[in-house]
Amino acid sequence: MKILVPVKRVIDYNVKPRVKSDGSGVDLANVKMSMNPFDEISIEEAIRLKEAGKAEEVIAVSVGPQKAQENLRTALAMGADRAILVVTDEEVEPLAVAKILAKIVAEESPKLVICGKQAIDDDSNQTGQMLAALLGWGQGTFANEVAIEGDEITVKREIDGGLQTVKLNLPAVVTTDLRLNEPRYASLPNIMKAKKKPMDEKTPADYGVDISPRLATITVTEPPVRQAGEKVEDVDALVAKLKAVGAI
Amino acid sequence: MKTLVLVEHDNKTMKDATLAVVTAASQLGEVHALVIGSGCVSVGEQAAKVAGVATVHVADDPSLEHQLPENAAPLIASLMETHDAFLAPATTTGKNIAPRVAALLDVMQISDILSVESEDTFTRPIYAGNAIARVKSSDAKKVITVRGTAFEKAATEGGSGTIEAIGGASDAGLSSFVSEEIAKSERPELTSAKIIVSGGRALGSADKFEKVITPLADKLGAGIGASRAAVDAGYVPNDYQVGQTGKIVAPEVYLAIGISGAIQHLAGMKDSKIIVAINKDEDAPIFQVADIGLVADLFDAVPELTGKL
Ligand SMILES: Cc1cc2nc3c(=O)[nH]c(=O)nc-3n(C[C@H](O)[C@H](O)[C@H](O)COP(=O)(O)OP(=O)(O)OC[C@H]3O[C@@H](n4cnc5c(N)ncnc54)[C@H](O)[C@@H]3O)c2cc1C
Ligand SMILES: Nc1ncnc2c1ncn2[C@@H]1O[C@H](COP(=O)(O)O)[C@@H](O)[C@H]1O
Repeated sequence: MKILVPVKRVIDYNVKPRVKSDGSGVDLANVKMSMNPFDEISIEEAIRLKEAGKAEEVIAVSVGPQKAQENLRTALAMGADRAILVVTDEEVEPLAVAKILAKIVAEESPKLVICGKQAIDDDSNQTGQMLAALLGWGQGTFANEVAIEGDEITVKREIDGGLQTVKLNLPAVVTTDLRLNEPRYASLPNIMKAKKKPMDEKTPADYGVDISPRLATITVTEPPVRQAGEKVEDVDALVAKLKAVGAI
Repeated sequence: MKTLVLVEHDNKTMKDATLAVVTAASQLGEVHALVIGSGCVSVGEQAAKVAGVATVHVADDPSLEHQLPENAAPLIASLMETHDAFLAPATTTGKNIAPRVAALLDVMQISDILSVESEDTFTRPIYAGNAIARVKSSDAKKVITVRGTAFEKAATEGGSGTIEAIGGASDAGLSSFVSEEIAKSERPELTSAKIIVSGGRALGSADKFEKVITPLADKLGAGIGASRAAVDAGYVPNDYQVGQTGKIVAPEVYLAIGISGAIQHLAGMKDSKIIVAINKDEDAPIFQVADIGLVADLFDAVPELTGKL
C-alpha cells in the first residue's frame, strides 16, 4: 500500500513570531522556515510502517510556495520515496488544502494519509479531519500509537482525560501527536540521495480546486504583553508575597 | 441567528467546557444545545438548566456512545439545515468532530475563537498566541471551536430549555471504539482549576515529580500540569501538558516549577491571573512573564514552600 504524507512549510518552532507593524500579518521575511514539526512525526511514522513491511511507498505532498521544495527534500532525505509540490504563493486555507489532497488521493489511491494534528502557524487543527470527511473515510486524530493489521488500523489517541483506542477500516486518515515517535535526522548520504528522488510540480488549477479564502483576515495584532513582576529573595518572601496578592 | 452548541459530557455528566461555548453562542443568537451520546438523558436535563439555553436536542443512540466523529458529523451536518452556526468547545472532542462537520458543509472552520465581534467576525490566536487575527467569514453557515478560557462560564442553573429527541443516528461502519484509559483523580481538572502547579524537565524523574510537585499541589488543592518535556520524559501522563499543542489554562495562580518558558509553553498559560516561577536560571524566559519569581534550586525551595504553607 501507499502512504500519503502532507507536509507544510511553516515558521521554525524556535523563532519568535513578530507581528508586522501595518497589522497585515506576521513578518516572515528572512525568518527561518521548516517543516511543520508534526509533519516530521508523520513522515517518520510512514517510514517506520514501510520498514516494517506494512507499506510499499511513501509520498510527501506540500501545498505552498516554490521554496516548500526544501521541506519536501527533507522528507525525501528522511526516507519518503517521492514528492508532489502543489505550487502557489497564495495562503491556502485548510479546507482548500483538504480538497487538493482529496484529488491527489483519487489519483494515487493511498490506503493511509498521515497528517500532523496542527500546523504551528495557523494552529487550525482541522485539515486531516476535513480530508477524512471529504473522502468518507475514518479518522484517527492525535495519534500516540498506530498499528496496521490487515485491512484495519488501530489508533491510540491522546484525549483530554487520557488515552482512547479506536479501530478504523482502511483507507483512513491519521493525525499525529507529539508522542507518536521521535523523528530521525537525515544522514548526509541520504540527503545526497534525496536530490535524485522524483518531485512532481502541480498547481491548484491542475486539480480544479478553487482556493479563494473563506476567511478574510482583517487585522493581525500583538496580544497584550505581560510585564515581568518582581523577583523575591527567598521562600519566606515568596510566601509573604503570595499572601499579599491573595494567591493563598 | 440560531446556534447549535455541542455539549461536552461523558454520557452522565455535562462538562464545564460546555459553559463557555454557551456564552459565545449567546453572543451570536438563540442557543440550542446538542447532546450526542448513548444513555445520555440526564445530560440533556443538565444542559436544559444552563442559563440561556432555549432548546436541547438529544441524540441518544448506541452508535453515538463514544461520539465517534464518523457517526456524529453527518447527524450534526443535517441539523445544520435549520441552524446558522455550530459551536464546539476546543477540547479534543470538539477538535475531532467540528472540522468534519465543517467539511461536510463546505465551510472553513474558525478555530479556537477568543471573541465574537459580530455575526461573521471573530478573533483567534495564531502562531502560538503570538499574534491575534481578526477574521471575517464569508461562509453562509459558521463552524466554530471556542477557547474555554476566553469566555465567562454560563450559569448552570436558571435555564428552562425544552428537550427534544433527535432520531436518524446510524453507524457509518468506518470506525469502532476499542478501549479507553482515563485516569481517575480527585484533583481539580486542569481547565477549571483555580490553582495549577506545573513541573518541567528539571524534575528529573516520575518519582521526583511525585515527591516534589504532588505535596505542594495537595497543600494548595491545585491541579497538576507539566511542560511537554516532562510529559515526553514520562514523568506524568500526556494530558497534563500545558501549551500550544496541549491544554490552554488560565487559573488564578499558575506555578511554573523548573520550566524554562518556551513560547509553546507560554501559549498555554500566559493568560493566568498570577504567574509564579521557580527556576535556578535567573535568565530563564519564564521570568519575563512571571509576576513573582524565585531564583532557586527547586529541590530546596519547593519542599520548603510546601512546609511553610
Ligand atoms: C511542535 C511543538 C509543540 C510543542 N508544544 C508544547 C506544549 O504544548 N507545551 C510545552 O510545554 N512545550 C511544548 N513544546 C516544547 C517546548 O518547545 C519546550 O521544549 C518545552 O516547553 C521545554 O520544557 P521545560 O521547560 O520543562 O524544559 P527545559 O526547557 O529544559 O527547561 C528546564 C528548566 O528547568 C530549570 N532547572 C533545571 N534544574 C533546576 C533546578 N534544580 N531547580 C530549578 N530549576 C531548574 C532550567 O534552568 C530550565 O529553565 C513544543 C515543541 C514543539 C516543537
Ligand atoms: N499547505 C499545506 N500543505 C501540506 N500539508 C498541509 C498544508 N496545510 C496543512 N497541511 C497538513 O494538515 C496538518 C494540519 O494543519 P492545520 O489544519 O492547518 O492545523 C498539517 O500538519 C499538515 O499535515
